[in-house]
Amino acid sequence: MEKRVVFRQRLLPFLLVTPQLIITAIFFLWPASQALYQSFLIEDAFGLSSEFVWFENFENLFSDRLYLESFKTTAVFSISVTVLSLGMALVLAVMADRVIKGTNVYRTLLIWPYAVAPAIVGVLWLFLFNPSIGLVAFWLKQTGYNWNHVLNGGQAMTLVVFAAAWKQISYNFLFFLAGLQAIPKSLIEAAAIDGAGPSRRFWTIIFPLLSPTTFFLLVVNIVYAFFDTFGIIHAVTKGGPGKATETLVYKVFSDGFVSLDLGGSAAQSVVLMVIVISLTVVQFRYIERRVHY
Amino acid sequence: MIERRPGLTLLSHAILISGILIVAFPLYITFVASTVTQNEIMRPPLPLIPGPHLIENYTRALFEGSSKVVPVGLMMFNSLVMALTIAIGKIAISLTSAYAIVYFRFPFRMLCFWTIFITLMLPVEVRILPTFEVVADLGLLNSYGGLTIPLIASATATFLFRQFFMTIPDELLEAARIDGAGPLRFFWDVVLPLSRTNIAALFVILFIYGWNQYLWPLLITTDKEMNTIVMGISHMIGIDDFTDWPAVMATAMLAMLPPVAIVIFMQRLFIKGLVETEK
Repeated sequence: MEKRVVFRQRLLPFLLVTPQLIITAIFFLWPASQALYQSFLIEDAFGLSSEFVWFENFENLFSDRLYLESFKTTAVFSISVTVLSLGMALVLAVMADRVIKGTNVYRTLLIWPYAVAPAIVGVLWLFLFNPSIGLVAFWLKQTGYNWNHVLNGGQAMTLVVFAAAWKQISYNFLFFLAGLQAIPKSLIEAAAIDGAGPSRRFWTIIFPLLSPTTFFLLVVNIVYAFFDTFGIIHAVTKGGPGKATETLVYKVFSDGFVSLDLGGSAAQSVVLMVIVISLTVVQFRYIERRVHY
Repeated sequence: MIERRPGLTLLSHAILISGILIVAFPLYITFVASTVTQNEIMRPPLPLIPGPHLIENYTRALFEGSSKVVPVGLMMFNSLVMALTIAIGKIAISLTSAYAIVYFRFPFRMLCFWTIFITLMLPVEVRILPTFEVVADLGLLNSYGGLTIPLIASATATFLFRQFFMTIPDELLEAARIDGAGPLRFFWDVVLPLSRTNIAALFVILFIYGWNQYLWPLLITTDKEMNTIVMGISHMIGIDDFTDWPAVMATAMLAMLPPVAIVIFMQRLFIKGLVETEK
């Protein structure tokens, strides 16, 4: 799509794009190429010299049990967060779409967690589940369940999944509700006249027509779970106990800034870039075409 | 309404209300914890009704620091500077570059477009270490510049404005040119006023984005004077040593207040911004 009428100046447009191009070059392109370059280098123990090693960093990475574990952790984490928050948001959105009175009030009361920073979400949940003072941890102990996410990896994972899903419900709810309200009422009325009950109408009409929204949210949620949950994990578990909640993004941070393994961290960055680019491509290709029944 | 099913409607309301309660529960507990004393928190269970120490806890958090952290008031100021700079900066550079790309034909136009597009694919999280090195080499650690400039370039905002400019009728430009308006005048007097709602919607989203940054300030601000509230709170929670929980919870409330208030009171703009930045 192009404008038919344009201005003829030559210099001005360059001046107008320059600020953005300079920032992009300095803080995006240069670091990204550095990451790419460093991923082919191995530094010696003192950081004095480095050697060009082609793909050795990547070979090391993919033969590293911890890294493969981290992939698994990320997969478990992302899938749980996505399923949990999409599921809850869909139920709430369907209900909010059904009721006639109060849809807007419900919406206001459900969307605010979007504005809470991931790290603050982490602090909130950490306080609830703190093994010695947390209220929920206390209730769990009273029922005889021993909650201690500081020692138990599975419980730590559950906690970060809940926290991450809690924050994302608001976003999903908003998009599901918009998707539901865009479905033509005539279709649903026609089905009702034909005698289809609410649950049948949902599964045969509403849910299929909602599939573009669902698919879009699926990609957005996976991206969220991959990249935007660093604050939650850092505040709640710091990747622990052991490595139980160390996702890929968290590992780039801890290997790069805590263990100072530059080559390995850069190689991980490159792998992450490949993942983001493929997710973006998937999003663009399929969002454009939409999922249709 | 398709058919009357009072039972089902009642159930819907019940599910919605329980959903709201689940969503609000952590917030409520945080609020309660910010109004009681340290002793009440250390002896669980926490009471379920707010205590009388609200003002005391919030003043302590806001104006008294400790050896590890500066007063929260200063952190909030840093956060505010960061959020405003990011929001205004992003909007400014995206507006001008989108204007250049839509309203001019110049060499390397598509190259510029794609260069900007690429930033969409490189979130800070995947290139932290090299970006950190660049900022360190430029001497921008512990400065507002280092906190904000690397986050200012944004493909999303540029796209949004490009899409919007494409919908502005060509006749407006023709008319402006007949009246003798140059590109800057047209930008200032026609494009900018037309973009007002879009700018406002984007501002809401970007302010929240800037306020909620965590990883970047965590790396860039080693000097506690420069801490932002969202990251500063993590320094207030000691793992082994003493944690002043009422103050931490008061800080958490203060950290949530500005962005949550914006979402609730500017709901229309917020939803518009959210939907449009995702297109």
